[in-house]
Amino acid sequence: MKKTSRTPFYTVITLLMLGGLATAWLRHYYMEIPFNPGVQKPVWLIEARIDFDANGEPVTARLGLPDNPEGYRSFSEQAAAPGYGYSVVTENGVRRGEWSKREAQGAQTIYYKTQFIDTQDETISEMDAIELPLAEHVDWDGSSQETAAAQVLNTAWAKSSNAQSLARELIKIFTSNDIEQNAALLLAAETDKAVLLEKLLNQASIPARPVLGLYLQDARRHQSLTRLVQVFDGKSWVLFNPYTGEQGVPENLLLWHTGGESILDVSGGTRSRVSFSMIHQTVPALDLIAAQKKDSIFSLLSIQHLPIEEQSMFKLLLLLPIGALVVVFMRIIIGLKTSGTFMPILIAMAFLQTSLVLGVLSFVLVVAMGLVLRTYLSRLNLLLISRIATLVVLVIFIISALSLIGYQMGLNTGMTITFFPMIIIAWTIERMSILWEEEGPKEVMIQGGGSLLVAVLAYMLMQLSIVGHLTFNFPELNLVALALIMLMGQYTGYKLSELRRFRAMVDNDAGKNKGADA
Amino acid sequence: MSQPSLMSPSGIKNWWNSWASPWQLKRMGILGMNCRNHDFIATYNPRRLFPLVDDKLKTKLLAEEYEVATPKLFFVVNLQHEIEHIEDKLMALEAFAVKPAKGSGGKGILVIIGRKNEKFIKSSGAEISIEDIRRHMSNALAGLYSLGGKPDAVIIEDLIQFDDYFKDYSYEGVPDIRIIIFKGYPVMAMLRLATHKSDGKANLHQGAVGVGLDIATGRALNAVQHSKPVTHHPDTKRQLNEIQIADWRNWLLLASRCYEMTGLGYIGTDLVLDKVRGAQLLELNARPGLAIQVANRRGLLPRLRHVESLKERMHRTAEQRVDYVMKTFTADGL
Repeated sequence: MKKTSRTPFYTVITLLMLGGLATAWLRHYYMEIPFNPGVQKPVWLIEARIDFDANGEPVTARLGLPDNPEGYRSFSEQAAAPGYGYSVVTENGVRRGEWSKREAQGAQTIYYKTQFIDTQDETISEMDAIELPLAEHVDWDGSSQETAAAQVLNTAWAKSSNAQSLARELIKIFTSNDIEQNAALLLAAETDKAVLLEKLLNQASIPARPVLGLYLQDARRHQSLTRLVQVFDGKSWVLFNPYTGEQGVPENLLLWHTGGESILDVSGGTRSRVSFSMIHQTVPALDLIAAQKKDSIFSLLSIQHLPIEEQSMFKLLLLLPIGALVVVFMRIIIGLKTSGTFMPILIAMAFLQTSLVLGVLSFVLVVAMGLVLRTYLSRLNLLLISRIATLVVLVIFIISALSLIGYQMGLNTGMTITFFPMIIIAWTIERMSILWEEEGPKEVMIQGGGSLLVAVLAYMLMQLSIVGHLTFNFPELNLVALALIMLMGQYTGYKLSELRRFRAMVDNDAGKNKGADA
Repeated sequence: MSQPSLMSPSGIKNWWNSWASPWQLKRMGILGMNCRNHDFIATYNPRRLFPLVDDKLKTKLLAEEYEVATPKLFFVVNLQHEIEHIEDKLMALEAFAVKPAKGSGGKGILVIIGRKNEKFIKSSGAEISIEDIRRHMSNALAGLYSLGGKPDAVIIEDLIQFDDYFKDYSYEGVPDIRIIIFKGYPVMAMLRLATHKSDGKANLHQGAVGVGLDIATGRALNAVQHSKPVTHHPDTKRQLNEIQIADWRNWLLLASRCYEMTGLGYIGTDLVLDKVRGAQLLELNARPGLAIQVANRRGLLPRLRHVESLKERMHRTAEQRVDYVMKTFTADGL
């Protein structure tokens, strides 16, 4: 006998396994899809509240919005303002939310909610090459201020070597305990140290701009933005806190708005103000996937990007290979008899929709009632096809009746037995009935019980949240199931049931050997 | 069950002892289901030849062509409307068997041994009407007994005249001899005797007695019922080890020739003994069961591997092959 080489087969199996596992791992790594369904990720929910009094004219409210702030990733945003039109516009590189209404009167409140994922621990992606900013021209109120500014700058300039150290020295001058005369003069005219710092730096031909940041602290309300200064050091913008001298972006600071434009503009209203509330919450990591990195090559395999309706269909469909794996294992390795090869999977799928106890109960009930009706049908001498069709109709009646009874009894889960595949049940009843006539009730119990056992096992495996999670989020793992199924197709050893079946022969063999020895 | 509970130590020990170790089975050369399907059926039985044995009508016509003895075919029913006029044809027959052409495992076989007025007498003695026969045929035509419910044909053939030799060994049914033919070599044989428990059927898993037969001599070796050794027929109480099949070489020849007839490498042949015409081929099976090993208390694998190791075309005719196995596959030998 010619034996074909096994090598290509095992190569395919290995490739399937490796391909499935490697793709899954890559997608886990790059798309942050968790292997565990329960993984939660912390996010900041920030709510900006805009209040103003409208005076009956058309209203436009514009709020500066964060645009990819350093250390955070936007995950969702939504606006809530009844009766207002809302859109996000980008002007001069600044993102703004714009709310508009033709006519408004009295106190108005607009909410803007956004969620941010903390990505501090991630490596910061390379900043896009920014065009070199230019220092702005500075005007001072009167010559005394101009002189004072020049003096202060001179002092700081002497003690510094570059843009960053100059900024540090300037901050030191304004925050020291005994403020010198020139600095005091400047502070008297302009109380905001941030504005002063910007002016001085621009005067020294170092580009500087204001930044509005939000300190994130859990469960804070009525917070306002803090004005900070970004200094351009020749390569990138460096953040300085003009009140403390702190350099760089602190961990809990979210840069909400950059640039000199005002954060909030309201036309058609007065007394406008914005305040912020924030809360630290956790959301399932899975919810984050849909919102991120759609352009990645790995997301091609994500079913999350399909419409919800199709997603739920795939959710069930992708469980089928697991059911098939169970059937193959139970039949080839264990050697369990089932009625119909893949009928147990379909039953298990139905159990997923009902629930185990109720599902098994109603399945047994429907089949038992079907068997009783079938014995009557066999006396009517119908042709096979019409008899099975009759059974299908009867099975539908039985299921409807059970659902109604269940509903009357308050078990609204009774409705879900409609998920059973009717045609399959009708065939099962027909087969069982023939089996009963030809081989007796014992064989019916063996095969029916075997089918039910396989169905229950498949159900147990398929209902595990980890299995549903993995098959749905990592469809490529089904390649591993495929490889296992193919591998079992090559198993030529004994089935577990055969170890029992041939047990008597082993005894005989031992007896024979003993006899031969004697 | 009066057995000790599974919880007690002796219960666990009994339970553990009811399993054989796979290595033990392997050492004994026992053929398992997976190995049979993979190494023998899939390897030696080309799929396209299966219809020759799955369809009894084709087998029968083929057997007639190759002059392999088989019960005479009276007529075939192919269409439902033919059943309307079946009465005239059946009335002309004294005894006959109705078989679905694609039935498997003895399903749907109706045996009529005689008539009493308008009624037909079944082998069990029960009387049935022509209407019952019509219904049976209609079911069979619709595919009730065929694999996958495919439409079928019904064969009406001559009844085997039960040879008296087996009269005391079988209860209410025709005993048959199953011989496994591998590449034309008979490798193992058993006699299947119906019992009261098996309801006149010769299927081992329904409770028929299986008697292993020595390939070399046709003499009974061991007997089992439900996988347990028996020495006497449970109903007729006849001692089973006295059985000696007469004209054994002829049986083997008949079975061996089925290899040329079908081209299938691994088949089970079911033969019966007719009082007048001698050994007859009843049907062929391309997926013969494994119970024959239990009846023979011997694994099939050593013999199968031995045949595999033989040179191609070493024995060209059925006679040469049968002579070879009668020398080689003895009770004490391979």
